[in-house]
Amino acid sequence: MKLRITDLTKSFTLEDGNTIEALGPLNLEVSDGEFVCILGPSGCGKTTLLRIIGGLERPTSGTISLNSATIEGPNPSMAMIFQEYSLFPWRSVLDNVAFGLEVRGLPKEERHRIARKYIELVGLSGFEANKPYELSGGMRQRVAVARALAIEPKVLLMDEPFGAIDAQARNKMQRELLQIWEKTRKTVLFVTHSVDEAVYLADRIVILTRRPGRIKEIVPVPHHHPRERTEPSFVEIRRYVLRQITEESEIGTPH
Amino acid sequence: MKRWTGIVVPLMIMAGWEVAAILISNPFILPRLGTIVEVLMRPADDLLGTGSLLYNAWRSVQRVGLGFLVAALIGIPCGIAMGRYRWLNQLMDTTLQALRPIPPLAWVPLALAWFRIGLTSIVFIIFIGAFFPILINTIDGVKSVKKTWMEVALTLGTSEFRLLTKVILPGAAPIVWTGLRLGFGIAWMTVVAAEMLPGTISGLGYLIMYAYNFGQVNVIIAGMVVIGLIGIAIDLIFKQGEKVWFGWRSLER
Ligand SMILES: Nc1ncnc2c1ncn2[C@@H]1O[C@H](COP(=O)(O)OP(=O)(O)OP(=O)(O)O)[C@@H](O)[C@H]1O
Ligand SMILES: [Mg+2]
Repeated sequence: MKLRITDLTKSFTLEDGNTIEALGPLNLEVSDGEFVCILGPSGCGKTTLLRIIGGLERPTSGTISLNSATIEGPNPSMAMIFQEYSLFPWRSVLDNVAFGLEVRGLPKEERHRIARKYIELVGLSGFEANKPYELSGGMRQRVAVARALAIEPKVLLMDEPFGAIDAQARNKMQRELLQIWEKTRKTVLFVTHSVDEAVYLADRIVILTRRPGRIKEIVPVPHHHPRERTEPSFVEIRRYVLRQITEESEIGTPH
Repeated sequence: MKRWTGIVVPLMIMAGWEVAAILISNPFILPRLGTIVEVLMRPADDLLGTGSLLYNAWRSVQRVGLGFLVAALIGIPCGIAMGRYRWLNQLMDTTLQALRPIPPLAWVPLALAWFRIGLTSIVFIIFIGAFFPILINTIDGVKSVKKTWMEVALTLGTSEFRLLTKVILPGAAPIVWTGLRLGFGIAWMTVVAAEMLPGTISGLGYLIMYAYNFGQVNVIIAGMVVIGLIGIAIDLIFKQGEKVWFGWRSLER
């Protein structure tokens, strides 16, 4: 199974009639079960890329295909996890996780059974009846992860999912995400601003150029999980990636 | 302590009233409190041949309920459509803005011309009163539904129809509910006024107008007290519903 992004570009037409090129042209292949992190300067089109793959935005040109089937519009093989708070606040944790199954018409018992399984997977057993506002930011993102996993997608699209979580909880979430990934073997596309996060998580790091985002470089991270953040070769990769990013965001900036 | 502070002013008003009533000693201008309480204490007794307080209150509640129901049944779907489709909202906006400031009672002559004297006219006028707050809050409610909720739902495979029932409606519900509460409040004021019009033969508005013709000021005041109490009670019910069902809205962070 392969996720293939071919000659993808996206430009937006603004209200004043001008167009801005947000992305591409971009080509990328992601193989089954791979964990790919996407890094790049702010505004380079990372979110746009994920939204196109998730079917929330149409590309201006180019195609996305999964197993050589072209993807247009929302697709059951893709599940998205947003940075911002995206749970349904009127639903309990259980019913949030069961949402995707509910709209597919699964009977209540069935969907609750599956939802419970994923709630357990993200370590939230016992919180099924709680409402989202009763949970911490980290717990809420776990619910969002469980909700995405419950529809059993092939690809997880994560847009800075831990961006709003404090550093300690964030490290914990990263470890747990890796455990979940190892158990479920999803293909993951993970956008982040944190070089450390990318180097800790990814099999490959895709560094994008400034807007319109194209691939500047793809950095493989050969280390096995679990990774030791202080290990010299790990630190070396981090330093390298950081240099690439800084270089990219400093080109042509006036200050 | 706090519970009592709310009662101080009403007690003072009542005391002042009683003193003034004794001084004036004319029940056609200011009846003694006792005579008002007397009417209130026997709510099931016939008053001046118009039926009892309870009967007339029930008639008013029925009418307002009917007009309110029609307003909700039309206002909520229209509001959803207008909140969801910008072009529709833009198309209707000027018309709504022009109609909205016209007080419900200004529609009375038209209502009489169209529907003649009777229930339909009253229900129509109540409808006008309740419709706009319901419509406008529903539009706002639908617009307040977060884009992220809809996008999450779409990526999880939600159809357009399910999007409406599973995301837009529950997401908009708290604000729609506020619209219903405001709409009911206005409808309640409107019904009493509408019942004062010629042609009605029951209801609290009719009762107090009829009592006026007989100079029964104590009945008028008793009727006004009942109007106020029912208004408070219904508002409390709406507020309670808000707490129970839509607590998430204020607790959401
Ligand atoms: N709907 C839209 N209409 C117009 N312009 C848009 C739209 N969405 C994104 N853009 C523009 O496209 C560019 C890329 O945006 P995008 O959100 O994908 O960047 P990003 O890499 O995710 O940035 P960040 O790191 O800050 O999240 C930006 O310049 C943005 O202003
Ligand atoms: Mg972004």
